[in-house]
Amino acid sequence: MMRLRTLFLLPAWAFTLLLFLGPMLIIVVYSLQTKGVYGGVVEPWTLENYTRLLDPLYGVILLRSFVMAGASTIGCIVLAFPLALYIARSGTRKTLLLNLVMLPFWTSFLVRTYAWMFLLRDTGLLNSALLALGIISEPLPLLYNDWAVIVGLVYGYLPFAVLPLYSNLERLDKSLLEAAADLGAKPWETMLHVVLPLTAPGMRAAGVLVFIPCLGAYLTPDLLGGGKSMMIGNLVQNQFTTARDWPFGSALSLALMAIVMLLLWALLRRDGEEML
Amino acid sequence: MKQRLLPLYVISIYAFLHLPLLILCAFSFNSSRFTIWEGFSLVWYKAMWNDGALAEATWNSLLIAAVSTVLATVVGTLGAYGLWKKNSKFLSGSMYLSLVTPEIITGIALLATFQWAFRFFHLQLGMHTVILAHVTFSIAYVLLVVMARLRTADPALEEAALDLGATEWQAFRLVTLPMLKPGIAAAALLAFTVSFDDYVITSLVAGVDSETLPMMLYAMARRGANPVVSAISTVIFVGLGILIVASERLQKT
Repeated sequence: MMRLRTLFLLPAWAFTLLLFLGPMLIIVVYSLQTKGVYGGVVEPWTLENYTRLLDPLYGVILLRSFVMAGASTIGCIVLAFPLALYIARSGTRKTLLLNLVMLPFWTSFLVRTYAWMFLLRDTGLLNSALLALGIISEPLPLLYNDWAVIVGLVYGYLPFAVLPLYSNLERLDKSLLEAAADLGAKPWETMLHVVLPLTAPGMRAAGVLVFIPCLGAYLTPDLLGGGKSMMIGNLVQNQFTTARDWPFGSALSLALMAIVMLLLWALLRRDGEEML
Repeated sequence: MKQRLLPLYVISIYAFLHLPLLILCAFSFNSSRFTIWEGFSLVWYKAMWNDGALAEATWNSLLIAAVSTVLATVVGTLGAYGLWKKNSKFLSGSMYLSLVTPEIITGIALLATFQWAFRFFHLQLGMHTVILAHVTFSIAYVLLVVMARLRTADPALEEAALDLGATEWQAFRLVTLPMLKPGIAAAALLAFTVSFDDYVITSLVAGVDSETLPMMLYAMARRGANPVVSAISTVIFVGLGILIVASERLQKT
């Protein structure tokens, strides 16, 4: 008779195989085929979809995605580090402060993105306030540009940077800081030579955890970039809807997946599996 | 000097995190359509209430979230228990991978799969495909939360039950499952919110009869300034807030 544990694993297995790994396999197959006249996927088999990834037309979008995701990641870490440091040192209020960081996360991503459209658009709150105060005479073009997308991404994924940095800073051996002070280090010297090197694992984890979703972002560039600031995710969506070029969309998706997996693999290899 | 700067910095980060949403809520009570305060009014809530299409989309979202939460919680909890007993690197690896896969890729891969499967079955995209997609991505969240709870569990308890003559099923049902309840509740709550909020995957696998609330919000946001969106957002905050507080209460009792 089948053991209970095996029986219990079956449904999860079925869903994973049929609706996660199976679909990925279909994408692999599609990426090696040719776009049909009416948008379907037909033979012959080809590698052309992959060589097209190197086309400068798409290269610009890939490069932009990297720059935007990189800038957002740096933004998140710079904002999150002092916050994580403060929370790690705040004793009994730690849980409250951490929950306050996570709170916006329970709201839909769509609503959080819309909140920034509301603030940044031409008739939005910031422009209305600046106009009313007489600081500007015409609305500033705050929305629908790369900066708006970066602000949206930083806002969306800041908690992903705070949590790993916090757990790293929390475990930091306090006696090392005291030792540095006893040996005559000024606070900023302790920060630079003791705290920062010791939080490198937290920084790496925060970096990868923020960079991955930013690189694959779809909604933020779509709504806050307004089509002017396309990233890989938007290009993929475009291939599957308007352009109806599924083979190329599949190749793009797999390239993105490969980067995600490579980043995760590098992180896990370096900092061990205890993070999972 | 740093001692005074750091709290100031921390306060401004919290403001950055919370003010955009608070302002959005505040302006949903504005009588003007524009972002200049003209007086308190419930006009946008009335507009929201009288919108039939909105009510239908909300109903669809609630139905999808409820069904997929139940399915994902059962499948995920059983899976977590199975993994706890018998580690499968392949399954847990796939689960973690599905958590970090960009939503847009999950969406197009599912779309491609459904379209492929429809060649053999006489079916179309609709509620059922949305639910299948939601169950699939929610299972990983449930697994993650329940596994975390199981890691703190003592395997000796079940062994004792088995030694005393319990069957494997009884050991699970009477020993481990009761202990897992808070974890399962937290997992279900998470599954419900990720399902209720999802736009990217849903929009790709939805059919004509399955427009959800996020899909409608997206279309409204795209069209331009609309205080009704602010009103709906406020209702979602309050609704989710009540749900979270209620589940905390339930977990404590």
